Amino acid sequence: MLKILKYSFYDMMRSRWIYLYFGFFFAFTLSLFLISTDLSKVVVSLMNVILILCPLIATMFGVMYYYNSREFTELLLAQPIARRVIFLGQYIGLALSLSLSLLAGVGIPFALYGIFQSADIWNFFSLLLNGVFLSFIFSGIAFWIALKNDQQKIRGFGLALAVWLFFAVIYDGIFLLLLLSFSDYPLERFALGASMFNPIDLSRITVLLQLDISALMGYTGAVFQQFLGNSTGMLFAFGVLTLWLLLPLWRIGRIARVKDF
Amino acid sequence: MISINHLSKSFSKLDVLKDISVDFTRPGITAVLGPNGSGKTTLIKCLLGMVIPDQGEIQAFGQPVKGQWTYRSQIGYLPQIARFPDNLRVKELIAMIKDIRGTAADEAPLIEAFGLETYLDKKLGHLSGGTKQKVNLLLALLYDTPVIIMDEPTAGLDPVALIRLKDIIQQEKKRGKVILITTHIISLVEEIADEVVFLLEGRIHFRGTPEQLRMQYAGANLEEAIANLLLNENQAAAVHPKLTQHHNGTVLHKNLKPC
Repeated sequence: MLKILKYSFYDMMRSRWIYLYFGFFFAFTLSLFLISTDLSKVVVSLMNVILILCPLIATMFGVMYYYNSREFTELLLAQPIARRVIFLGQYIGLALSLSLSLLAGVGIPFALYGIFQSADIWNFFSLLLNGVFLSFIFSGIAFWIALKNDQQKIRGFGLALAVWLFFAVIYDGIFLLLLLSFSDYPLERFALGASMFNPIDLSRITVLLQLDISALMGYTGAVFQQFLGNSTGMLFAFGVLTLWLLLPLWRIGRIARVKDF
Repeated sequence: MISINHLSKSFSKLDVLKDISVDFTRPGITAVLGPNGSGKTTLIKCLLGMVIPDQGEIQAFGQPVKGQWTYRSQIGYLPQIARFPDNLRVKELIAMIKDIRGTAADEAPLIEAFGLETYLDKKLGHLSGGTKQKVNLLLALLYDTPVIIMDEPTAGLDPVALIRLKDIIQQEKKRGKVILITTHIISLVEEIADEVVFLLEGRIHFRGTPEQLRMQYAGANLEEAIANLLLNENQAAAVHPKLTQHHNGTVLHKNLKPC
């Protein structure tokens, strides 16, 4: 699998889009530093951009990469390699190159402004780790959707974007409506449980808790703080994110085994 | 080397292959012919494990191929459409296939035969369709495999490359290889094929030498014989749609004149 991963990674690293993605994060982070040199503030400002943009770009790249390499995948399928290895190798190569663009684009300006000598280093790492998780999860979901709809590009693109829209916007809307409608009832446990079903929300909460600004979330924030604020809670949150990561991997493996090409 | 027993495959409601049994064991060149949508590519993809049959069994080199992949190291395959990662250079692609296969191979004679020396450092995205097909051919013929399968090998080739390809195929045949070719170029079949397998609506309609096909369907040449076969089949289908489905064709058509 390492061989497929290596070539998929090389292929991505030669695409101009991946440099555009890197360039965007680099320029955006630098411009935030021009406004404020407070590392903690820059982390908070970056948070929402990373939480929305990483899943969106990963989704788009995931579907595009699958459809663009469709014929090449056929060539690989005729080689003496197991199917699972081809698809997992391609997916990991894609997610890895996206993650590296994010890490370098955000990491270099932070390093220039002295993050490694700062107390905010853990907030910074938490943000990047969540960005990497989201890149892997959403490119995996996109790859899964494209594999499932490999003859119908438009449907594949549409579905993948709809999934991103659901987790980035619609899910929160429904969540808020439910909280408002049932505000007379104790909803903390519900809120805690519901956030586990959305990787973007889960990432947002872990970053906010790391930043110690959970007071902004009111009483529910206190419950989150109590549950997720300690190391066990954090491990639990990352465990759930890992499950989110494994879900598309499992589906890609299953579909790849029985699919006709 | 390859035997297919009662193979059936359908996509949604379309039956593409219907209870096909055939074997490719004798060395030589077999042309798999048939009109568009007759199931040629699906049959080839079944052999390679790219399409999973609904029913039936395929054995390659004495072993069932289902769920297996190592047997593919014994098959050189030329896909119908030559498309590669645009960002890779030709020599990188060759190195990649060699790396993935994990065994050494000498590409130099093929590079020379297809005149690819000047393209080795070019990105695949910048190559013309014909040059991509030459790269495609190079990859299919790179390894010394006992079986070679080529899906439309002549597509987009210039006359020089076509002559070189025919020479290479003849050389491989002399070395005792089983070579399967699908093509729409009937002159190529007349020139090189030892045997023809004619697929029609997912069934094997004819199997024999090109000469036998010409005689059976009363054509002055192979092209005419195939045209007769198809026209007769269409007429018969219009009159007796069910009959043709269960008939092997020979009795139905023996009194029909060539067009």
